[in-house]
Amino acid sequence: MSVEVAGAASVKPDGPLKLAAPRGALLGGTLNALEAAGVDTTAVRSESRALIFPGEKITLVTMRPSDVPTYVEAGAADVGITGKDVLLEQADRMVYELLDLGYGRCRMVLAGRKGDERLGESQRRLGMMRIATKYPRVAERYFESTGRQVETIEVKGSVELAPLIGLADGIVDLVATGRTLEENDLEVREEIVECTARFVANRVAHKLRAREIDELTAKLREVTAR
Amino acid sequence: MIHPIPPGTRDILPDEMRELRRLHLALIEVFESRGYGEVATPAIEYDEVLARGDGRTADSAYRFFDESGDLLALRSDMTVPIARLVASRYTDAEPPLRFCYLANAFRAVRPQRGQMREFAQAGVELIGAPAPAGTVEVIEVLEAALDAAGLDRAVIGLGDADLFRQLLADLGVEGDTRETILSRLATHDLVGLEAELARAGIDAEDVGTCVALSQLRGGREVLDEARKLGGDAVQRATARLGETYEALEERGAAERVRVDLGLLRDLGYYSGAILEVYDPALGHVLGGGGRYDGLLERFGVDLPAAGFALYLERVHVAQTEEESRRRDTS
Repeated sequence: MSVEVAGAASVKPDGPLKLAAPRGALLGGTLNALEAAGVDTTAVRSESRALIFPGEKITLVTMRPSDVPTYVEAGAADVGITGKDVLLEQADRMVYELLDLGYGRCRMVLAGRKGDERLGESQRRLGMMRIATKYPRVAERYFESTGRQVETIEVKGSVELAPLIGLADGIVDLVATGRTLEENDLEVREEIVECTARFVANRVAHKLRAREIDELTAKLREVTAR
Repeated sequence: MIHPIPPGTRDILPDEMRELRRLHLALIEVFESRGYGEVATPAIEYDEVLARGDGRTADSAYRFFDESGDLLALRSDMTVPIARLVASRYTDAEPPLRFCYLANAFRAVRPQRGQMREFAQAGVELIGAPAPAGTVEVIEVLEAALDAAGLDRAVIGLGDADLFRQLLADLGVEGDTRETILSRLATHDLVGLEAELARAGIDAEDVGTCVALSQLRGGREVLDEARKLGGDAVQRATARLGETYEALEERGAAERVRVDLGLLRDLGYYSGAILEVYDPALGHVLGGGGRYDGLLERFGVDLPAAGFALYLERVHVAQTEEESRRRDTS
């Protein structure tokens, strides 16, 4: 079912609108919202190995959530859906954020070991905390805006590990239910920002395919407002 | 042995150079035929002089000291140097003045984004011709340039830089709050825009109006829709845009122009009409411009002005795409 991506980074004013959909935790909510907005999602639901799902009006392209801004900024996808956490971390990407879709709600938090005073202690004694995170830019901006110095350590995998074995004093991470923190004996110290799924558009596509994008935005607004 | 060059700079080899040269010549030919004389200015200027143009944009990424300790800067566009040139060398000339250029400018880049540190711009400056006639002339030159480049599907977005500034002032929003809201508009972060407007104490109805306005784009019907949304600032902006658009229509030049009330360029010196150029062949903006009626005054000459600049390399990429598309379809 997969097809080649034709003419990367070009915005075709004709043909189906290309929508970058996030795989992973946001996929379920995304497909539900799209289906409610009248987009056929059966192919995506059944064939999990293909990456591109051509449709009459909308072609769905599935990818990692953190790649969505990259494809949309370049115009390889006209529109896309990804988490606000991704948009915050890649704040310099020129994509238009058109709509808060409301699902995929989770919190970006500062967490530390239960009962451990190291977060406060490091700050007081050394004037500097070490923070492990997958979101170094969000973390740096947050501590800067609250007047604290930190050394951010970027990790790719399970962030919870870092404070447990002494890589960092605390972590900045995304929390949905808080179960992972609980299981690792960590607790939320500060809430940084609440994140939900967002509908984004390429700058040029937003101008050249205004009607289609406005229509889809309106439909998504309607179905996610319920 | 490999000797690196800085990211965001590049060598151009003969095959591409030949094509770029053809494009150069075609564009300059269009500009010259309409009375825009080509000028060149130094790539390095005194930082103090460039900074006069606009603190933010002329805040060049590359500054250095010369042998006598003066602070020099690499230009980040050609509009400010030409304003400087007009103020120093054309004080007695009878306006309007028409200049064109093809020059390299320099900006900072973000790593791994394919952004260019050094890039070529081709553009015009029309000095001493007020809106709407001056704006219309510049748009017509831009259309001729796009035709010469073979970009028959290119679209020009036409917006108004003062619309939201005045709208927010009418709503009583000033200072830092207004700048924050304008920056949300410039990046088209509609979710953040709504949140910031609400935080500024604007009631839900006006928030809705602001968001709806920023999404209005299309033909002349957009102006009617905007007028319905009301407000003094909106009436003034739509009147300005309407004048320009109608004049373009009368001259049969409105076809590829889209009125776009959400258009905001982040360069600080724009006032009134602003322009952006798009082509379906490319996901990036090909160029832009507009009016900057207050810029010359900062150099001591009170003249209205307008112009545009096209990113030469992007136009070239779009041109190549369009040519191969035409080959495929014919």
